[in-house]
Amino acid sequence: MRNTLVLLPLLALVIIVQLLASWTDSVFYLTQLTMSAYYSFLIIGLCVVMGYAGQISLGHAGFFAIGGYLSAALTTRNLVPFQDNVLVKLLDSVGLLLASKDVYGESLLVVTPWAACCAAILTAALIAFVIGIPVLKLKGHYLAMATLGFGIIIFRLVLASAYFGEADGISDVPGFTLLPGLTVSGNFQGRVQNYYIAWGVLLIGMVLLRHLIDSRVGRALRAIHSSPEAADSMGVDTARFKLYTFVLSAIFAALAGILLTHYNGGIGPSEASVMKSVRYVAIVAVGGMANLWGAMIMGIVLNFLSLRGMFGSYDDAVFGLILILIMLFAPNGILGLHLGQLRQRFALIGRKRPAEEA
Amino acid sequence: MALLRVEKISKKFGGLQAVSDVSFALREGSIKAVIGPNGAGKTTLFNLISGVLPATSGEITFKGHALNGLRPYQVARLGIARTFQNIKMFAGMTALENVMVGRHVQSRSGFLASMFRLPGFLSEEREIRRKSMELLELLGIAEYADTEAMNLAFGQQRAVELARALALEPALLLLDEPAAGLNIYETAEIGRLITKIREMGITVLLVEHDMSLVMDISDEIVVLSFGQKIAEDIPQKIQRDPEVIRIYLGEEAAVPA
Ligand SMILES: Nc1ncnc2c1ncn2[C@@H]1O[C@H](COP(=O)(O)OP(=O)(O)OP(=O)(O)O)[C@@H](O)[C@H]1O
Ligand SMILES: [Mg+2]
Repeated sequence: MRNTLVLLPLLALVIIVQLLASWTDSVFYLTQLTMSAYYSFLIIGLCVVMGYAGQISLGHAGFFAIGGYLSAALTTRNLVPFQDNVLVKLLDSVGLLLASKDVYGESLLVVTPWAACCAAILTAALIAFVIGIPVLKLKGHYLAMATLGFGIIIFRLVLASAYFGEADGISDVPGFTLLPGLTVSGNFQGRVQNYYIAWGVLLIGMVLLRHLIDSRVGRALRAIHSSPEAADSMGVDTARFKLYTFVLSAIFAALAGILLTHYNGGIGPSEASVMKSVRYVAIVAVGGMANLWGAMIMGIVLNFLSLRGMFGSYDDAVFGLILILIMLFAPNGILGLHLGQLRQRFALIGRKRPAEEA
Repeated sequence: MALLRVEKISKKFGGLQAVSDVSFALREGSIKAVIGPNGAGKTTLFNLISGVLPATSGEITFKGHALNGLRPYQVARLGIARTFQNIKMFAGMTALENVMVGRHVQSRSGFLASMFRLPGFLSEEREIRRKSMELLELLGIAEYADTEAMNLAFGQQRAVELARALALEPALLLLDEPAAGLNIYETAEIGRLITKIREMGITVLLVEHDMSLVMDISDEIVVLSFGQKIAEDIPQKIQRDPEVIRIYLGEEAAVPA
């Protein structure tokens, strides 16, 4: 209830921004706000992993890419040459395939966006599960290392595989009709509609995660983060809760990848790069780790600035720098920062140096 | 009937024999104290029972189940709750939320039920809150329910920790120095409380340095020294045991008569 009430002013803001953009003939802003909303959807999922389950994932661009690339490939790669394959026949008979003609009149057989979406999400969840089972039983930052390796593999895989378009990625991805009349696509007329879809998805995600934090599961997660030993003694299966949280965040990342890919009409390998994962981690850190609102706001602001080209060719460097600065000066994020704290931090760093030299 | 049975349990840390061949049984509904000088192995014994540490050898059975190899959360689910010598509050959570975590094993809602507020979620949540509030009241700290636990005074944090352990509705409660750092009034209060807990049907195993408290409330006492059990008896006998007196001389002055 409380959670839903907080959303009302935000919803109003979303509407006001759209109206302003439309009236001032600057709807192009909506495009970047739409993309920022999808990136932020991934980021709030990662925030639960980092801030509440106390783990770091350097592979979320990988899950994003699994979502984006799988749905792109499945909805564009022609299955006509495999028409006699048992599996293809089966999929066709249950209505998961879509037949059409391409611009040259060739017949085209692809997976429907809904089926592709489900397959992509399941794949991401399954991979997260398999990585997480052994790793989350260990203490420390093993998840960061394992997911880093996973992220690199995914990046190399999409770059090397013809099926995923190598360096070019996949283009001409069709729109994704969520409900009749509600289609995620880059279609120019659908810009306002897509802005609302993206923000609707983000806000729903926000409500779901706020609900999660404010529940038995959320309390258990916060307890694990603060004192794993005590949480354990309360009967909390810490490894399992960390695992489920990780899988949940992978699903959020995959869904963000799916929707953004249908919106952009394609996806390229840069989306899978490890620098993207670092960027997501940096944004959660700026937002204050255990602060869903902070993560969401920073996700919108920083992605928007990045998409507007504000950071120029230093884009990745800026996020790396942000991460360093946050760790040094504001481990609780910039929203949780007071001036006094900042002064104290500077003093500490200044004092440490001579001692280390001695 | 013995609720808990510890049989020839040993724990080695490298070359250090922290617990050595200790055996005892805990009668259901009783209060048993484990005493001994610093470093005698009392906390280690608790860690062995609660599954935090694996035993080097020996066996622990609870209600007939062998506890060996179980993880702490599994031990907790069987009905053993504990507090810690160095209080372990859940930081960033209120006193009430801390206790609500203690209701974990008594409730079910998982990820989906929580996110989508599926039927039954809210009523369970209300029940968790009500039971937790009751425990804060029992411990006399209901007024601090919404205070962040880390901001509470030391004695109040101990009370929150105790409420949190009781929230599990355990059959056995392990208390590691519940009176440490408390003044004499608070200590007396803790004593009354432990007796009350026993009346609620909960068996208590207690590590405590405060001898008057121990002598007051325990049915039986186990004395550890350098990891070995050197005596086990009722308080009146322990007080007169020459070996125990020898160990405690210069330690806690002497065992009060
Ligand atoms: N995890 C550990 N690793 C290595 N040595 C340990 C560990 N835990 C305890 N010890 C050692 O085992 C011995 C017993 O420690 P323990 O904490 O059980 O004593 P205690 O009886 O609880 O003492 P106190 O009254 O001070 O709490 C000590 O020598 C301690 O240093
Ligand atoms: Mg101890």
